[in-house]
Amino acid sequence: MEIQSKHISQQFNEEMENLRNQVMKMGGLVEQQISNAVLALKELDVPKAEKVIKKDHMVNALEVSVDEECARILARRQPAASDLRMVVAVIKTITDLERIGDEAEKVAKMAIHIAEDDGVFHARYNGIRHLSDHVSKMLHDALDAFARLDTETALRVLHDDEEADSEYQSLMRQLITHMMEDPRTISEVLDIMWAARALERIGDHSKNIGEYVIYLVEGRDIRHLDTDELEEIEKDLMS
Amino acid sequence: MSETINEDARGINTSVDPSVLKSDTASENNEVCLEVNNLSLYYGETRALKDISFRMKRNRVTAFIGPSGCGKSTLLRCFNRMNDLIDSVRVEGEINLDGKNIYDADVDITALRQRVGMVFQKPNPFPMSIFENVSYGLRLQGITKRRELEEKVEWALKGAALWDEVKDRLDENALGMSGGQQQRLVIARAIAIEPEILLLDEPASALDPISTLKIEELIYELKSRYTILIVTHNMQQAARVSDETAFMYMGDMIEFGDTTTLFTNPAKKQTEDYITGRYG
Repeated sequence: MEIQSKHISQQFNEEMENLRNQVMKMGGLVEQQISNAVLALKELDVPKAEKVIKKDHMVNALEVSVDEECARILARRQPAASDLRMVVAVIKTITDLERIGDEAEKVAKMAIHIAEDDGVFHARYNGIRHLSDHVSKMLHDALDAFARLDTETALRVLHDDEEADSEYQSLMRQLITHMMEDPRTISEVLDIMWAARALERIGDHSKNIGEYVIYLVEGRDIRHLDTDELEEIEKDLMS
Repeated sequence: MSETINEDARGINTSVDPSVLKSDTASENNEVCLEVNNLSLYYGETRALKDISFRMKRNRVTAFIGPSGCGKSTLLRCFNRMNDLIDSVRVEGEINLDGKNIYDADVDITALRQRVGMVFQKPNPFPMSIFENVSYGLRLQGITKRRELEEKVEWALKGAALWDEVKDRLDENALGMSGGQQQRLVIARAIAIEPEILLLDEPASALDPISTLKIEELIYELKSRYTILIVTHNMQQAARVSDETAFMYMGDMIEFGDTTTLFTNPAKKQTEDYITGRYG
């Protein structure tokens, strides 16, 4: 779907444009939160982690204001077709973005926890880096797909989530092995596990956003489909 | 499954298999009430309807939307041959009502119009009493027994959700009623003769929001007994009341399909532009 011609109502145009911009702004903020949280975890940088925690309220505030704007548009404009799908997709997307913000906050909290525990284990951070790079890219791609109404990128995010899940699984196995080999690391490895879990969830939320983009552009709901059904739809979308 | 729940929630007694609603298989033929095949209509040299074909199912509401002059009212008037009243009109193609082309030479137009009732944009009650308005068509049909007329008038007024408001003043002049009441009276007059199909040409556009809602509610109630075709400029109204929606533009039927789909994910860009209020 190319971005269409403009509404007859200039004001409506501006409202929809503004709505998209707000989502992108929220997305940018959330990306920043993740990257700072992961950095704080890597460097056990407590002030940085605290900053992430403090900033979460900004993400929350954006969620509330975008939600209100959506309700206003629904009430006043009764949008239809692609406009309606845009508003619905925005409402869902910002919920996931807000949750991603919460996950970033969790990672930051774990960073503080580990730092306070005087982590012996922190050299093992490397294992989590892959996962964090991967899900950060997923979120970035999902937002990019949203901004450009790009279903191809959105589909890629869906597939990237499978990889994120398997990375998470193998990280879990590694961490369990560490705990068995050296029980002194258990407390810290548990924290790392929580952080890894948060990152894995970010992948899931990014995948959701990818699904909303498909809905927004194609009007097709591809949530909760099995692999075969999804493959069929993909073929359809790509042709 | 969702179809069943949906229908149940609206209190409608149907267990329609969703596939029946979408497919074009022969098995649903008994469901099809009206079938339009390659219908074109000319006003003199001007072609106002261009090769229109579609099918409507019994006891469903079909809404016709489109900009002014797109031909939706013209199309509506084809179903009871109202256009015959205009000299320069020429119709090609066919409209099959239960399999019989209503443009065949042997069709009795009066009988057709008894089967296909019509309600217009502006309520047009006759300048007579409420009772006489509703019984008018019945008398034309030759019913003279007061008792029978009373029964049918009550039935029609109840059907039009007007009975409770007027039962104590049936002898008052209908012109003294409010616009919304008048429109429901006209609908009562139309259903009194028990048509199979109701054509509604912008039935609520001259009414206030509450009266409009009453008419919409009425349409909803009536569809269990009639097949309803409604022309409306109000897209939200089309979205609210209809099962199927047809979008028309410059005499062409651009898109015809399930109302929810058409309003959430139309197949044609022209439809999209119209319902979202965009430039072409």
